[in-house]
Amino acid sequence: MHGGGFFYQALIYLAAAVVTVPIAKRLGLGSVLGYLLAGVAIGPFALGLVGEEGQDVLHFAEFGVVLMLFLIGLELEPSRVWHLRGPILGLGGLQVGLTTCVLAAIALGFGLDWRVALAVGVTLALSSTAIVLQTLDEKGLLATGGGQSSFAVLLFQDIAVIPILALMPLLAAPGVGPGATPGASHDDTWVAGLPGWAETLVVLAAVLAIILAGRFLLQPLFRAIARTGLRELFTATALLLVIATAVLMAKVGVSPALGTFLAGVVLARSEYRHELETDIQPFKGLLLGLFFMAIGAGIDFALIARSPGLVFALTGALIVAKLLVLLILGRLFKLSFDQTLLFGFSLAQAGEFAFVLLSFAVRYDVVGENLAATLIAVVALTMAATPVLMLLNERLVQPRFGTRERTGREADEIDELNPVIIAGFGSFGAIVGRLLRANGVSATVLDLDSDRVDLLRKLGLKVFYGDASRPDLLHAAGAGKARLLVLALDRVEKNLELVETAKKHFPQLTILARARSRAEAYELLEAGVEHVFRDKLDSSLRLGVEALRLLGFRAHHAHRAAQTFRRHDEKAVRELATMRHDHSLYLSTARERIEGLEALLRGDLADSGEMRDAGWDPETLRQEYGGRKTDEPE
Amino acid sequence: MQRILILFAHPAFETSRVHRRLAAAVEGLPGTTFRDLYEAYPDFDVDVEREQALLVEHDLIVLQHPVFWYSVPPLLKQWFDLVLQHGWAYGSEGTALAGKRVLCALSTGGRKEAYRHGGHNRFTLRELLAPIEQTFVLCGMEYLPPFVVHGAHGMKAPEIERHARAYRKLLEALSAGRLDLAAARHLPQIEAPVDDLIRPAAGGDAEGSDR
Repeated sequence: MHGGGFFYQALIYLAAAVVTVPIAKRLGLGSVLGYLLAGVAIGPFALGLVGEEGQDVLHFAEFGVVLMLFLIGLELEPSRVWHLRGPILGLGGLQVGLTTCVLAAIALGFGLDWRVALAVGVTLALSSTAIVLQTLDEKGLLATGGGQSSFAVLLFQDIAVIPILALMPLLAAPGVGPGATPGASHDDTWVAGLPGWAETLVVLAAVLAIILAGRFLLQPLFRAIARTGLRELFTATALLLVIATAVLMAKVGVSPALGTFLAGVVLARSEYRHELETDIQPFKGLLLGLFFMAIGAGIDFALIARSPGLVFALTGALIVAKLLVLLILGRLFKLSFDQTLLFGFSLAQAGEFAFVLLSFAVRYDVVGENLAATLIAVVALTMAATPVLMLLNERLVQPRFGTRERTGREADEIDELNPVIIAGFGSFGAIVGRLLRANGVSATVLDLDSDRVDLLRKLGLKVFYGDASRPDLLHAAGAGKARLLVLALDRVEKNLELVETAKKHFPQLTILARARSRAEAYELLEAGVEHVFRDKLDSSLRLGVEALRLLGFRAHHAHRAAQTFRRHDEKAVRELATMRHDHSLYLSTARERIEGLEALLRGDLADSGEMRDAGWDPETLRQEYGGRKTDEPE
Repeated sequence: MQRILILFAHPAFETSRVHRRLAAAVEGLPGTTFRDLYEAYPDFDVDVEREQALLVEHDLIVLQHPVFWYSVPPLLKQWFDLVLQHGWAYGSEGTALAGKRVLCALSTGGRKEAYRHGGHNRFTLRELLAPIEQTFVLCGMEYLPPFVVHGAHGMKAPEIERHARAYRKLLEALSAGRLDLAAARHLPQIEAPVDDLIRPAAGGDAEGSDR
């Protein structure tokens, strides 16, 4: 049935994704579960449309994880990573260490040899970067306390894979396995056979090379590529950059995902950041989808069917054990109750590294073939269970025990409906809310950060916890009767999603949206939002005014200059938003606008009537009446 | 038909009683553009090009505002400063407004008796607003006697309504060319009721030659 041919396979995978994922999304299951189900559906145990080549697809699709880490790196400035060092080392280290111990102890209980138990424990201690980050990102929870902690742990695990790979051969029973030399852990790398210190040096050199290249080489390269005006060439360069980094890292024996993450962080402050993000995003999405489908297709239902009791018991036990350790750690690291739950349910699965480590362990005869096959099935099941678990947490556990996500029932209790809904109550949304409140306008607030929600509730604000882009939550917040919807979420994708939901379900709402950059402003304008506010515009103009004053300009002149600047800039943004897809037209128009504005501010255009403060400028009056007595008005 | 541009300036419209009614009475009159300046330029950033274009498009400019310190609200002064540019509105080449008419529609808190020689304010309102009058005369426009509502403080609703109706009638008559300009020009100011100044609809043709 499953014939060869690239196009045939592409047809199967794409069709499965296109059919299943929207349904899953619609049902509120999230795209990850959708892809997994699609994989199960086309896999050898259901429709049988794809077969053994699923494993190759998996290896290919793992590159999606690499791309994802690169994108995450792009969002994180180096200082943020440094800020996370505590959670990464402390929380991550404890999670891997404790979980390994607990799992190994359980394995010992099953009567396994201590070496095997340790190998299994450490293998299953790692979680799935792909599933967790993708799910958290989709739900917009990555920036919350639990999301950040999850991210820190995953990052630590990525680093930990290197020593774990090196550990495997050591766990082999003495005298067994193909050449149990330490270097053999990564036999096709440059560092194979090097002594430990040299290996470390090579890795450090590679990391340094990435940082230096990111700082000094890539900027001019991107500029040159951008100047060609060929969009696809820029995409190619972006992909080349990621692949080259991944290959380099693999060659020195480091996880490619970690390497590209580093490259992403280095480029986080580059002016091409947004460009890179947009270019890589679709590849990442497709490959990750493919990755999830391959996992789904790879679940060995035949094996499960042979001993369902054992497999499901192991799956359950693994999830419970990991969950318990995570919950304890979450409390230990002072996460709030809700965030601990999120943290625990996110990371309670085994991850894609387990596939690699298990095949590795089999090669060195640390783990037997049968055990490995069972464990692989268990790993796949826990991964598939993750989106379901997170959904359970979100819909059942948190509403009952955590900060409540208020829905329909409570919404009915709101007797006086607020005219304004504010989505996102970070520093931006909070100022909007306070101004409204000071003028006697109460607003209903939606926020995704349960810590913040708790705090605001304590302050007596009407705050809903949850994903504002869900129509039911919006409805519960009174979107059907409100007049204004203020979008102040941190992520433009969420804002855009919300625009779409609001326009579809609550067309009477006037939308006011915050944009964090010009690019975001364009996207919002394109989505049909009239009231778009770039959140840096006002403060930077005010600073600019102050700078002019300190340089000796009259305050009123500086103020007027800023007013002129703002008006022209707002006009230009709206104009450019309509033509941003035409690259050359965009650039030439943008340049024209900037030049026009500069000329205007210099006063060159006084003759054209564009100089707006001419009424206070006596120059033309001097020319006409100068020197003679007149009835000139003063 | 005369196209009318009402430039309305009130920094605290939401607390106003008289101007709320006056504005409501004339908003939406056919051929009339109602422009709320404090709503358009809360930051005093007057768009000169736009304002000039609006002036050009209309024949009669109405400045509707309360009298503050014997003058216009500050935004309207800013508007004068920036919009009435030399070389455009006045000066040897400034003829953009020549031939148009301007009517001020004012309210004063004080009663009419206060605005006379020997009264509380020592001058008539027409005298006090001479700078405004001269501004438009310099622009080559005809300054009509202002329409005035005195004693706005503590005015009762029916009384306000009477003034609002008069204001509307006045603008309707000006728009249709039925205002007896010859009679009006002799008045220091126009007040409700205005019926005596308005000719019946049939005799409206004579007005055409007046421009």
